[in-house]
Amino acid sequence: MFAEFGYGILVVSFLVAIYGVIAAIYGAQNKSATLVESARRAMLLTFPLITLSAVTLIYLLVNDHYEVAFVYEVTSRSMPTYLKITAWWGGQAGSLVFWSFLMSGFASAVTLRKWDRDIEFLPWVIVVCSVTLAFFLGLSIFYENPFTRFWSVAGGVEPHMFAPANATLFTAADGNGLNPLLRHPGMIIHPPMLYLGFVSFVIPYAFAIAALVTGRTDDRWIRLTRRWSLWAWLFLSFGLVLGSRWAYDVLGWGGFWGWDPVEIAAFMPWLTGTAFLHSVMIQEKRGLLKHWNMILVILTYSLVIFGTFLTRSGVLSSVHAFAQSAIGPLFFAFIGISFVISIALLIWRWPELRSETEMKSMLSREALFLLNNLLFMSILVVCFWGVIFPLISELFTGQKVTVGPPFYQRATAPLFSALLFLMAIAPLSAWGHSTVQTLGRSMWKSAVAAAVITVALFFTYTKSIPALIGFSLIAFAILITLQEFWRGARARQKIQGENFFTALARLTSRNRRRYGGYIIHISMALMAIGILGINAFQTETQGTVAQGEELNISDYTVKYRELASWDNIGEGVNYTRAVVDVYRNGIYLGQLNPRIDYYFDAQQNMTIPGNRSTLRDDLYVLLVDWQPVSSNGATFKVYVNPLVNWLWIGSLVFFVGIIVAAWPDKDPETEVVRARRTVRQTSAAD
Amino acid sequence: MKPKFILGFLLIMAAVVYLIVSSTKASAEYFMTVDELKAEGSSAVNKSVRLSGAVIGDTIQYDADTLTLTFEVAHVSGDNNEIEAQGGLAEVLYQAVNDPTRSRVQVVYIGVKPDLLRGEAQAIMTGKLGDDGVFHADELLLKCPTRYEEAVPEQAASK
Repeated sequence: MFAEFGYGILVVSFLVAIYGVIAAIYGAQNKSATLVESARRAMLLTFPLITLSAVTLIYLLVNDHYEVAFVYEVTSRSMPTYLKITAWWGGQAGSLVFWSFLMSGFASAVTLRKWDRDIEFLPWVIVVCSVTLAFFLGLSIFYENPFTRFWSVAGGVEPHMFAPANATLFTAADGNGLNPLLRHPGMIIHPPMLYLGFVSFVIPYAFAIAALVTGRTDDRWIRLTRRWSLWAWLFLSFGLVLGSRWAYDVLGWGGFWGWDPVEIAAFMPWLTGTAFLHSVMIQEKRGLLKHWNMILVILTYSLVIFGTFLTRSGVLSSVHAFAQSAIGPLFFAFIGISFVISIALLIWRWPELRSETEMKSMLSREALFLLNNLLFMSILVVCFWGVIFPLISELFTGQKVTVGPPFYQRATAPLFSALLFLMAIAPLSAWGHSTVQTLGRSMWKSAVAAAVITVALFFTYTKSIPALIGFSLIAFAILITLQEFWRGARARQKIQGENFFTALARLTSRNRRRYGGYIIHISMALMAIGILGINAFQTETQGTVAQGEELNISDYTVKYRELASWDNIGEGVNYTRAVVDVYRNGIYLGQLNPRIDYYFDAQQNMTIPGNRSTLRDDLYVLLVDWQPVSSNGATFKVYVNPLVNWLWIGSLVFFVGIIVAAWPDKDPETEVVRARRTVRQTSAAD
Repeated sequence: MKPKFILGFLLIMAAVVYLIVSSTKASAEYFMTVDELKAEGSSAVNKSVRLSGAVIGDTIQYDADTLTLTFEVAHVSGDNNEIEAQGGLAEVLYQAVNDPTRSRVQVVYIGVKPDLLRGEAQAIMTGKLGDDGVFHADELLLKCPTRYEEAVPEQAASK
């Protein structure tokens, strides 16, 4: 009953989306405002429809309807209700519906805005959103139907949507249950965040396509979608950070990023999206790089669809594996077709997108932004090459050769370092023209301070040259950015007669995009400290110890005290928890409780680390094995991860920065004008 | 565009190409099946290899004192289409483990015993074949295909 209802609603939404596409195209061609309005209403209608279908699915999940194949796959009776709800995106079929739900929600939100002088964009934005929506709904209806049920037939049990001849409905006694690895707060929020990011990048793409089709090739589409892009970027970034945090807390291998294809698939749209956020500024300020921005937004869209496909089919069977999936070819066909059409439109409008001025100085702000874009694209190429290399080598040599994490680390480290350096100097350069002298004058203090810090680190912390280069770049970037805040606030203080902190707050709030961006730059540098720390200085030890014995690593001592193991029948889990005492240089610091959770329904272990986190380092203790009776004791693996906490601190600062940059203005147009005036004032005062 | 921009662009591209090529060379790993590894014989010794095979449950041994894990893997095809044609990964792994005529190789791994290691799991190991004919794995990934894929419940489960 419910299953048929949910499925029927999906079919109706699919038809409504298709109707929206046809009505919008036809309406735009014949300049029929009525038809376009009808398409807009169709777009708006999909959201309540898909919501209804999703609510039906959640109802089935929560109420243990194990005759439904998807419910059987991702839930079990022992799971608490909130996990049954979040199991919605715990499997491929459900998460495709989740994608459609977000897509229709965002598309509705965007069609509800006041269109006034941008009304010509409307039909084409509807077309792009509805086509994307129809694609995902079509996948749900024809290939990955979450409402498929089990039927008893002569040969056994088969999944079908509707009853085959002579079949009776089959209800399993209990479900498989969500993969225990996914029953973690980080994993509950991580997929929706990533999806929010993915889906919101469709909106800037839709506007770009609308601009190409209508020939309104000024920067209007960029101004309209600036905030969308920022929010999309925020969600995508947070999806990545949460995924990393989850890996660190749950996967128990001492790290947070393994460069496996699924992670890279989510990282690639982030790279193009970040490049896009930077390069649109050049178009807004200087009228340059119009083709390039189109290419970036088209690439981002393609990578978003690609990423949805990879993350979805991968995360299920294992964190580190692809699953074979029937929908793969369809995804590639969709990506291919939309990419070709987008590029064809771009080529058609190529002459109208010519730059308004020419880039002159190598050190101008726009040239440095262009360099930043090149670096992001280079990292993208490295990632893409790494992912497809096995295919290429098989094609040309007949032997499948793969590249692992060392490839990515080696190839991207210099590129990331160069980005750090650019991040430091680019805010100092001027639009149009800068010289080595002007740049040097404004950066020498920070450069000297960074050099002093590096020398201090050499004597107190590390003698490793690559690490010192990294630290000096990080220090340089942070110091210059702080100096920019200082300079702006001092100038304002002089002119307006405010005290320093008022000046700082007003400076930031009057020019939020710029200073929000600087806060994000600082957060990136802070994250870089964590990434550098764990990559350059991670140490590990492992061993089996009897009760009362110790393991030593760097200046820590880990003493095994006791171990307890018990069943929690209600949750269907066996917990084995060790208690270890932690000392540093002989001083008692506290206890850690590494544990192993064994899930009966999934027959799977989860190794949860005991982690003691400080700004200096993390002590990360894993319980590996234990002997219940004999005095042999337990086996532990211990990592010391220096500075890794800065990664998480940086991500919080990042959040602050992007809120500052993306928070809605009362009136965006006047805000921009006022912001420009402030800039002129500060530079005049300097 | 001025020549200096084009020159700068070309320099950067050259640097990126160099980075990619040299890093690829430095970290390439050869995908091999157990059959291929056996066929290469001594020429495969000390070559960085990513080996895949089906774990044979009875052979898993773990010494928690030295963190030494040993087990044997049986040959499974490396071709996804072939695996699909034979009834999916779970079926192929089951057959590989229960077929005594398949070629097998002994694996040694020093470290924590992974949670997913059990019979009929697919092991994907990165490491090198030693002179002793034992595969020394540095990295061990496991896939257990049946558990969360579209498994159809057994008839017996219904009451």
